[in-house]
Amino acid sequence: MNYSKKVMDHFAHPRNVGDMPDANAVGTVGNQKCGDIMKMMMKIENDIIVDCKFQTFGCGAAVATSSMATELVKGKTVQEALQLSNKAVMEALDGLPPVKVHCSVLAEEAIRAALVDYYKRQGIDPEPIVGCSGECSECHHDHGHGEEEEE
Amino acid sequence: MEDRFVYADNAATTPIDPRVLEKMMPFLTTEYGNASTLYSLGHSSHDAMEEARKEVALLMNADPGEIYFTGCGSESDNMALRGWMHSKQNKGKKHLITTCIEHHAILHTAQALEKEGFEVTYLPVDKHGMVELEVLEKAIRPDTAMVSVMFANNEIGTVNPIAEIGKLCREKGIIFHTDAVQAYGHVPVDVKAMNIDILSISGHKINAPKGVGAIYIRKGILLNQLITGGGQEKGRRAGTENIASIVGLGEAARIKRETMEEETAYLRKLSRKLIDGVTKFPQTILTGHPTERLPGTCSFCINAIEGESLVLMLDFNGICASTGSACSTGSLDPSHVLLGIGLTHEIAHGSLRLTLGMQNTEEDVDYILERLEQVVKTLRAMSPIWHE
Ligand SMILES: Cc1ncc(COP(=O)(O)O)c(C=O)c1O
Ligand SMILES: [Zn+2]
Repeated sequence: MNYSKKVMDHFAHPRNVGDMPDANAVGTVGNQKCGDIMKMMMKIENDIIVDCKFQTFGCGAAVATSSMATELVKGKTVQEALQLSNKAVMEALDGLPPVKVHCSVLAEEAIRAALVDYYKRQGIDPEPIVGCSGECSECHHDHGHGEEEEE
Repeated sequence: MEDRFVYADNAATTPIDPRVLEKMMPFLTTEYGNASTLYSLGHSSHDAMEEARKEVALLMNADPGEIYFTGCGSESDNMALRGWMHSKQNKGKKHLITTCIEHHAILHTAQALEKEGFEVTYLPVDKHGMVELEVLEKAIRPDTAMVSVMFANNEIGTVNPIAEIGKLCREKGIIFHTDAVQAYGHVPVDVKAMNIDILSISGHKINAPKGVGAIYIRKGILLNQLITGGGQEKGRRAGTENIASIVGLGEAARIKRETMEEETAYLRKLSRKLIDGVTKFPQTILTGHPTERLPGTCSFCINAIEGESLVLMLDFNGICASTGSACSTGSLDPSHVLLGIGLTHEIAHGSLRLTLGMQNTEEDVDYILERLEQVVKTLRAMSPIWHE
C-alpha cells in the first residue's frame, strides 16, 4: 500500500495541528470501524471560520485528511464548510488507497460535528441546517468501507 | 544521534548472509545442472542439495531423509495441514486443533479445510500468547486427526511449550505439527526430544533467501501430495529443485548451528536494553511472554498513538519496524494475535514490533530509543486522547 506524495507531505508536516482552548466550535468523532479518533476545533466569527485546528489519533490517512480538511475550511463560511465532502478532501490529497477511504469520512464527520456544536452554542437547532449530525449510529452504515469505492 | 539506517524488522525477513550468498553463487552461474540428470553437471547440484538436507536436518535433530524442500514456509504449512487431513492414513478423522494466534498460512488453510467439511478448534491462548496444556487436552476428541501449534509467534515472539504439547499428542496418538518458521535457527529445536511429527521452516527468516522452505515429516508418515508432477523429493513434492536457494538454506542452517548460542546471548542482551528503554515510556507495555520469547523480538503497545503513524514516522528516521494496528492491516481489525491475547481494540491500535538481528548494534538500540521517544512525543502531542 502506497500513499500519494501529498498524503505523505500532510502526514509528515500536518497543517494546523494542536489544541485550541478558545475554540467556539468543537467536534470529536470516532471511527467505529478502525478505532481512529479525530477532534476538530474552530474559531468562527460572523459565520466565517477564521481559524481551525485538529488533533487526531489515527493512521497516516487519518492525519493527512484532518490536515487537508482544516486547510479546506479555513476562511470559508459555515455554509461552505458544510458542503465539504470526504471526496473533496481525498481529491485534494491526490487520492487514498481504497482500504483507507473510511479514514477520510472521519474528517468530513469531524467538521460537521464541530459545526453542529457551533449552532448549539448559539442556541440554534442544527438539525434543519446540518441535517444528520453524524452522531447517530445510522450515519455510519452508508459511508461504506473503502473497498467498494475508488481512489 | 546522527541519522542512520536501522533494520529492525527481522521477523518479517532477514538479509542474506554473505557466506550464504557465496555458497549459492556457483549454482546461480556455472553449476546450473538439473539435479535429476545422469551426466556429471547434474551431480554437483544433487550433491550440494543432499549436503544442504543434512545441514537442515542436523539443526533440528532429524534424519536427512525426513527433510523435504518446498517453495516457502507457507507451502510447508499447507502441505502439513492439507496433506494430513486429506490423507488415507488418518482414517477419516475430521477434527483439527490449532490456535487463534497462528500465522495466516495456518489460519487460512484451516478455514479452507472447514469449508471442505473438516472441523477445526481454534484454541485460545493466555495473556502472554501461550497455549495451555489443559485447554489443549480438553479440546482433544476421538476424531481429532492433528494438532498444529506454532513453535514461536511472529508478532509477539512468545515460545510455546512445544515439548509438553508433543508429549501429550504422542501419548494420545495424534499427529503433531508445528510451524517453526520463526523458531528454527533462533531457539533450540529437537524433533525427537520434542515428539514433533511434522515441522515447517522457511529460509528467509534465517538469513537465507526468500522463496525456499522445508518440511520435516517423521519417517512413516505419508501426506497427501500438494504439488503433483515429477518425482522430485522422493515423489512427495514435484518441481525441479531450486538448488541455489536450497544450498543457501543449508548453509544458513550450518551457520546457525555454529552460532546460535552466541547469537541468542547477543540478541537477548540487545533486546533487554530495548525493552527496558521502551517500557520506561509512560503508558507503554511489553506484549508477549516476559521470558519465554524469541531472543530478538520486542513487541509493545504504546497508548494513545496509532501503529501505522508510528511506523511511518520511524521510517522518516531510517528505522524499519512493523505494527499490528487495525489501520495497518487493511481489514479494519487489529491483528488477530493482539486480540487473541486479550488486548482491547484501543490498546492494540498502538502496537509496535521491533525485531532485532545480528546486524544490529548497541548504537542501533540507542538510536531507536532516542528517535522512538521523539516520535511518540510528536504523535501524542497530536492525539486527542493523550493524558499524562
Ligand atoms: C510463523 C510464520 N509462519 C509462516 C510464515 C510464512 O513463511 P513464508 O513467507 O516463507 O511463506 C511466516 C512468515 O512470513 C511466519 O512468520
Ligand atoms: Zn485509519
